[in-house]
Amino acid sequence: MSEVLVLWAIALAASSGALGMLFRRTSTSGQWVSMLLAVLGACLGLGGVGVFWTTGDSQPIVRAWPAIRGAEFSVAVDGLSAVFLLPIFLVSMLGSVYGLGYWKQAEHAMSGRKLRLFFGTLTAGMAMVVIARNSILFLFGWEIMALAAFFLVTTEEHDKAVREAGWLYLVATHVATLCLFGLFAVLRAANGSFALAPLDPDRLAPGMATAIFVLALVGFGLKAGIMPLHVWLPSAHAAAPSHVSAIMSGVFIKMGIYGLVRVTSLLPNPPLEWGGVVLGLGVVSGVLGVAFAIGQHDVKRLLAYHSIENIGIIVMGLGLALIGRSLGRADLVVLGIAGGLLHVWNHALFKALLFLSAGSVIHAVHTREIDHLGGLAKPMPWTALCFLIGAVAICGLPPLNGFVSEFLIYLGLFRTLGNREGTSFAEAALAAPALALIGALAVACFVKVYGAVFLGTARSDHARHAHESPPTMIAPMGVLAACCFVIGLGPLLVAPILGQAVSAWDPGLKDAGPCLIALAPLGWITVMGLLLTAGLFVVGVLLGLRLRYSIVEKGDTWGCGYIAPTPRMQYTSSSFAQMVVGLFAWALRPRSRRPKALPLFPQKKTDFHSQVPDTVLDEVVLPVFRFGGRLFSWFRVFQRGSIQTYLLYIFIALIILLLWC
Amino acid sequence: MDAILHNTVHVLLALTLPPLLLGVITKTKALFAGRVGPPVLQPYYDLIKLFRKGSVFSTTTTWVFRAGPVVGLVTAVIAVLLVPLTNSTAPISFTGDLILLAYLLGLGRFFTASAALDTGSAFEGMGAAREVTFACLAEPALFLGLLVLAKLSGSLQLAGMLGGSLASHWPSAGASLALVLLSWFIVLLAENCRIPFDDPNTHLELTMIHEVMVLDHSGPAFGMILYGAALKLFIFGALIVRLAFPLVTGLPWLDWPIFVGGILVVAVAIGVVESTMARLRLTHVPVLLVAACLLSAFGVILLVR
Amino acid sequence: MIQILDPLLIVVLALNFVALGVSRIRSVINAVALQGMLLGIFPLLVHPELGLRGVLLIVVTVGLKGFAIPGFLVHAMREAHIQHEVNPVVNYMSSLLLGAVGAGLVLVFSYTLPLAEQHSDLLIVPVSLSTVWTGFLLLTTRRKAIMQVVGYLLLENGIFLFGLLLLEAMPFLVEMGVLLDLFTGVFVMGIIIHHISREFASISTEHLTELKE
Repeated sequence: MSEVLVLWAIALAASSGALGMLFRRTSTSGQWVSMLLAVLGACLGLGGVGVFWTTGDSQPIVRAWPAIRGAEFSVAVDGLSAVFLLPIFLVSMLGSVYGLGYWKQAEHAMSGRKLRLFFGTLTAGMAMVVIARNSILFLFGWEIMALAAFFLVTTEEHDKAVREAGWLYLVATHVATLCLFGLFAVLRAANGSFALAPLDPDRLAPGMATAIFVLALVGFGLKAGIMPLHVWLPSAHAAAPSHVSAIMSGVFIKMGIYGLVRVTSLLPNPPLEWGGVVLGLGVVSGVLGVAFAIGQHDVKRLLAYHSIENIGIIVMGLGLALIGRSLGRADLVVLGIAGGLLHVWNHALFKALLFLSAGSVIHAVHTREIDHLGGLAKPMPWTALCFLIGAVAICGLPPLNGFVSEFLIYLGLFRTLGNREGTSFAEAALAAPALALIGALAVACFVKVYGAVFLGTARSDHARHAHESPPTMIAPMGVLAACCFVIGLGPLLVAPILGQAVSAWDPGLKDAGPCLIALAPLGWITVMGLLLTAGLFVVGVLLGLRLRYSIVEKGDTWGCGYIAPTPRMQYTSSSFAQMVVGLFAWALRPRSRRPKALPLFPQKKTDFHSQVPDTVLDEVVLPVFRFGGRLFSWFRVFQRGSIQTYLLYIFIALIILLLWC
Repeated sequence: MDAILHNTVHVLLALTLPPLLLGVITKTKALFAGRVGPPVLQPYYDLIKLFRKGSVFSTTTTWVFRAGPVVGLVTAVIAVLLVPLTNSTAPISFTGDLILLAYLLGLGRFFTASAALDTGSAFEGMGAAREVTFACLAEPALFLGLLVLAKLSGSLQLAGMLGGSLASHWPSAGASLALVLLSWFIVLLAENCRIPFDDPNTHLELTMIHEVMVLDHSGPAFGMILYGAALKLFIFGALIVRLAFPLVTGLPWLDWPIFVGGILVVAVAIGVVESTMARLRLTHVPVLLVAACLLSAFGVILLVR
Repeated sequence: MIQILDPLLIVVLALNFVALGVSRIRSVINAVALQGMLLGIFPLLVHPELGLRGVLLIVVTVGLKGFAIPGFLVHAMREAHIQHEVNPVVNYMSSLLLGAVGAGLVLVFSYTLPLAEQHSDLLIVPVSLSTVWTGFLLLTTRRKAIMQVVGYLLLENGIFLFGLLLLEAMPFLVEMGVLLDLFTGVFVMGIIIHHISREFASISTEHLTELKE
């Protein structure tokens, strides 16, 4: 039942944009038709997921696929797929509603239809990846998804920066696909078929498991944006329209996580080092992701780096679970996978919320530069509130959802210490302070963004003339914000779902749901969340009453004695970040252009400019590619440009082939 | 019955004692300087005066500016209910409460710093930037210390980690615990903006951290901030007391005075540090905090080697 | 007696970090002096059965390491008008982290060493090696010649600590030799610093490269 519903949802999502193509470029009804189809499809898909969770049984659909040898059209929904299907359909539904106001057909006559076509295709491809049980089908879904994302990134293709971002993404995604080809070839050699089924430990040749693990880590890691492999991610997220960034950051990069989780669930007896490597990569992505984020001036680039950070946290959960499986510790497996997968949801919710809010800001002020904004909380109160909720959630602060998943991962990390007896891998516990560092840096970063964009006074004319976005844009943000509260205040609701997912990952754990509830005091989180909310409400009301019955005056901000302050004198986001950037200068390599020393009374205008470029891209990837380019430059000899020469080449090739045979 | 009485004493003490710590610190500093100094109860008088005053709000501010003091106070009050003061448990205690404690303080910090940015003043932005930056380095030190306690006690509950069993670990794991104690004392000084990190009494806004962040708050809201800051000092002080004097008598009428005495000793120690040291140059603050992290990291390494 | 040794060794380790992290030369000298005094009383704790000769030697060690040499260095500072700032080549944070990484590695490494049974639990070896490492760091990453003298001092402290393990086999003989060598070294260095500062009006070692011709 659930499989059928999800397949219908995929079909509707894939066709949503195509039907819109039938309408005229200038008409707006195509947009509505596409949106309604997408929403309908997403509702069907969510229904399918709901059916699976309530009934718990799945009937895999297997059909022959004679066109390709070894391939089968084989789909099934299990605990893991269901966890990933929910954000796919939820975010794509909200994204298409948001698109009504954000990317109006009337304003974007050229790109609107294309955008909606590939938005639907992307959703369909992702859902296909998640339910595929055959590696050929998986790769089909994967490539559809990857190419649709390329066209979405390059929506504004007239802009050179956008084209470069798309090009970089295309290279990265094909390297990833290449790794996946290798991965599935090895899997087939080990398994005897293209089915995605658990591997028999007896049939694994030595080294095969390691090869599968490494290929999966690189291939899926590139998609997920784990730290050294993240190079495509910031520019692609910044270049895409905001609701596309929301789905890319919230859901699309999670497909890499899904791949990693799925493949590691197939491998028997992982050695301890794998867990250590994955956990280490998670820590690196988490800490450096947020450090790079603090240095950014572009609000969407900043959010993109936060995706790298959150992927790091998710990967930490996965590494913890792998360590747990190597040590035979069920508690670590349950806490790691449950925490990681819950963070997949949470990140999808609050990151989509943040990107949509950022989109709302960009829609109003037409700039992504944080330092040009300020004081937007007054003209755009709803956007400001939604962004604030997303910011508190992404910092992992109670009473919102980010806290719950980080709490589970913390518990697992602390548990690796073990007590004096029993198996332990205490080195892993050092990831707990790293997670604390990530949390504190995230607070620093979001105080910076929220303060610079929404608080204080406007720094430019753009910001001064801002206006609130239409309800079609605010409503999806409201839904996401409400979801953040629901998970944050009622984590017990999701525990059975996470339990099913854990059981799907490690079939040895049958009753993971109750086990999770026994391990983590989720009820206490609800109690404390409610206590906190009630406390805030009561104290807030008390302060309000006190202020009502006392003298309250309005005045200017105290200027410390300076009588002519201007908005330009506010603390900018780059000044705010400067100390943290300094602390991480060894990794960030910030560049700045300072003015020369001026005389006492400067006559000429001067400027200060600083930026934090991507170190891995600029100092590793690009030099390597340039070197490769030089290495193969002699190939150009063959590029004559004349058709006759090329015909000659073909002729020579034919002769050689003939001789060979 | 005992539990109710215990929790009542805990709540009463936790809510009334914190301003006294500020008074004791000021008094100690005054005595060191050869002055009489304000009375020990002066912070209480200040709070009462502030709650009776009117307020001034800047025209640039929004509701976030008013939310800052509220969130700061409420998070501190809930956090103080999580910290065990004597050998018995705190009023609220569950597995993983240590994480909630740290994150509640984080929530308070988020809103206090946001409220500072809401005024649009460069000085307050500067203070907010410093506060969140230094917290980034203090947080890992706190968690590294918690790792040591978790490893020793085998518990993930503050009550178990800081409970009476700690006394039995001092002889065998004294080195680790001493390192954590030192590191947490540095964290206490940093998180509560004391010398050598910040001088609450300086007159130059440019050099302050916490004080400059709350420059524009006035009246009852400012009172809430002061009280919240005192609570925060009390929380860190209580952690230090539990770590340094994990004495267990099992007799409530003896345990509570021991705790009160301990926390007053901590306050005097802070006063002594403040009187004998100068404020660090701002660029050196991260070095000291990193050193605190290293200290507790060595505590962990010594334990799990 | 032996239980108190571990906390004291931790203090010695912490003083290494102080020496790497503080910015005033006076503070570095004070930290090294304090470390020297602590080291001076260690023989008493490790081998409480030492006689009068031992006590005498401890007095001499504490006097030299804790008072004479630091006093001499402070004197040299004043005489040569050396400024307070350490002036590191590698900034304080990085040297602190380098020191910590070194100490961590040493800690791991020292468990692989085949030590005598009664020493295997103690922190003497890791702390002594990390003190040596700190000494090397000070020697290589500080500009002023006086800091190099301090670096040598730390190096010697580390070797002294290691020597404690051999105390039964080779009582104080070796140790006294080392101490005397060092004392002479400091003496000579002091004179050289004095002369350099008189000749070049600066004691930055970077200027010494001008002498390479």
